[in-house]
Amino acid sequence: MSGIERRQAQAGWAFVTPALAVIGAFFFVPALLGLLLSLTDFDIYAIGALENARFIGLRNYARIVADPAFWNAVRNTLVLVVVGGPLSVALSLVAALLVNDRLTRWKTLFRTVYFVPVVTTLVAVAITWRYLYHPRYGLLNHGLGLLGIPPIDWLGDPHWALPAIILLSVWKNFGYNMLIFIAGLQTIPEELYEAAELDGAGPWRRFLAVTVPMLAPTTLFVAIMTMVGFFQVFAEPYVMTQGGPLGATTTVVMFMYEEGFKWWRLGVASAVSFLLFALMLVATLVQTRLTRERR
Amino acid sequence: MSRRALHALALHAVLIAFAALTLAPLLWMVSASFMRPGEAASLPPPLLPKAPTLEHYVALFTRLDVTRHLWNSAIVAVLTTLFSVTLNGMAGYAFAKLPFPGRDRVFALLLIGLFIPLQVGMLPLFLMFKQLGLVNTYWGVIVPSMAGIFGLFMVRQYALAIPNDLLDAARLDGAGELAIFRTVVLPVIAPILVTLGAFAFLSAWNDFMWPLIVLSDERLYTLPVALAGLSGEHVLDIELMMAGSVITTLPVIVVFLILQRAYIQGVMAGSVKG
Repeated sequence: MSGIERRQAQAGWAFVTPALAVIGAFFFVPALLGLLLSLTDFDIYAIGALENARFIGLRNYARIVADPAFWNAVRNTLVLVVVGGPLSVALSLVAALLVNDRLTRWKTLFRTVYFVPVVTTLVAVAITWRYLYHPRYGLLNHGLGLLGIPPIDWLGDPHWALPAIILLSVWKNFGYNMLIFIAGLQTIPEELYEAAELDGAGPWRRFLAVTVPMLAPTTLFVAIMTMVGFFQVFAEPYVMTQGGPLGATTTVVMFMYEEGFKWWRLGVASAVSFLLFALMLVATLVQTRLTRERR
Repeated sequence: MSRRALHALALHAVLIAFAALTLAPLLWMVSASFMRPGEAASLPPPLLPKAPTLEHYVALFTRLDVTRHLWNSAIVAVLTTLFSVTLNGMAGYAFAKLPFPGRDRVFALLLIGLFIPLQVGMLPLFLMFKQLGLVNTYWGVIVPSMAGIFGLFMVRQYALAIPNDLLDAARLDGAGELAIFRTVVLPVIAPILVTLGAFAFLSAWNDFMWPLIVLSDERLYTLPVALAGLSGEHVLDIELMMAGSVITTLPVIVVFLILQRAYIQGVMAGSVKG
């Protein structure tokens, strides 16, 4: 190693050490400790004195898997992922196509407007939507009433509470995916569309034959990011429904939060977080596999 | 009218309707915040305040001490941003341009971390912070976000484009690596640092779950945590809650509008790496 190389290597380590120390100490180490924690009966007594925690093997996992409340949270979370995910991706794609259209004027203005919900504070807009969803005074039911649709008890009816949360999430997040789709659309060479047009393909045919396949990698990326987001929903039910009515909006993260910070069963809560992690990994693999097979 | 003009007209009608729907909840939030107590809960639901009043803002800033929470949020968000830009900036550059032994292996390990959800570490982190005395302090909120894999990665991708000749020329002039970073590299990577700063500020300001966990003293609550608490006590005070929501979300919207070019470019560049 020459002097210059050695100096660069030293500088390199010096430059990365602070960031690596933070990421290591406050992200990787806790994640590993979490695995250990999930194998103990860590509870409120152990917070007072660590020696009260005992190693209990996989008993937390066995307990969770036997708990109907956990499966209810899993079911709710999967509904968010399976219904909210595709809905969000589809709406984002439509918005991107509209904004990116050759005939569209004031592109940046529309892009910015659609993006604004993304940067708003989730807690603030969740509180706002709670009032918009009010069965009697809410603007949403009022608007639907003008179309002749009878009032819906959005957050009070177990059948509607989850769709209500999906609607809010889709509104909040579609602008982010829209931007990524616009970036993807802009990488598609114009010649492909011209060639398809020469072959006599109409707009719909061009969309299916050019846009969809060329956008496939972007779509996979967006779908996975959206899915990961829906797996981690917490603030919306926390603020809007406290997980109710009748547990209809309790998500896995909310279940974990309550086990950990309401009942102080940190061992159990930690096991829940690893089951969530496993669920997310499996879902990501399935999603990737499905996309590959279709091609 | 030609077919093309008709098409353009329909397109813009849809775009504008879409935009109106997107903005409606936020506009209603602002409008309701100026209504008199109870006015929002009347039929038919009013769109605009009959006699606009500032009383809810006055109540929030005097009786409910929202200034304190604004201040808490500002401290947390500004410090997080400064640390994030400095730490991720230096590390991202080093991963791109300063060869050191073990660099690729460390980087691969970091990428694995992108797949681990934050929640997995939250409970142990809480216990660690309790031991360290960081629970219920500003630092407890700030420290975990001082550096992050995503931000580091963003800077690295950008810094890869710095020409080596530029760095070598500075080295031949006898400049040290820190001096090179300050005088040669910083001006080149400034745009991505602005983007990173915007990301860091917005996510620190909007963050809810971790501040909720780590802060127990009401006086230290950031705005979103304080607002969630307030909404439990004041469910029926719609107009007051909307004023609180405006105060919470207005600062981030303003920051976004100022930095929107950098922010939007950052999101769009994020897709290319995927």
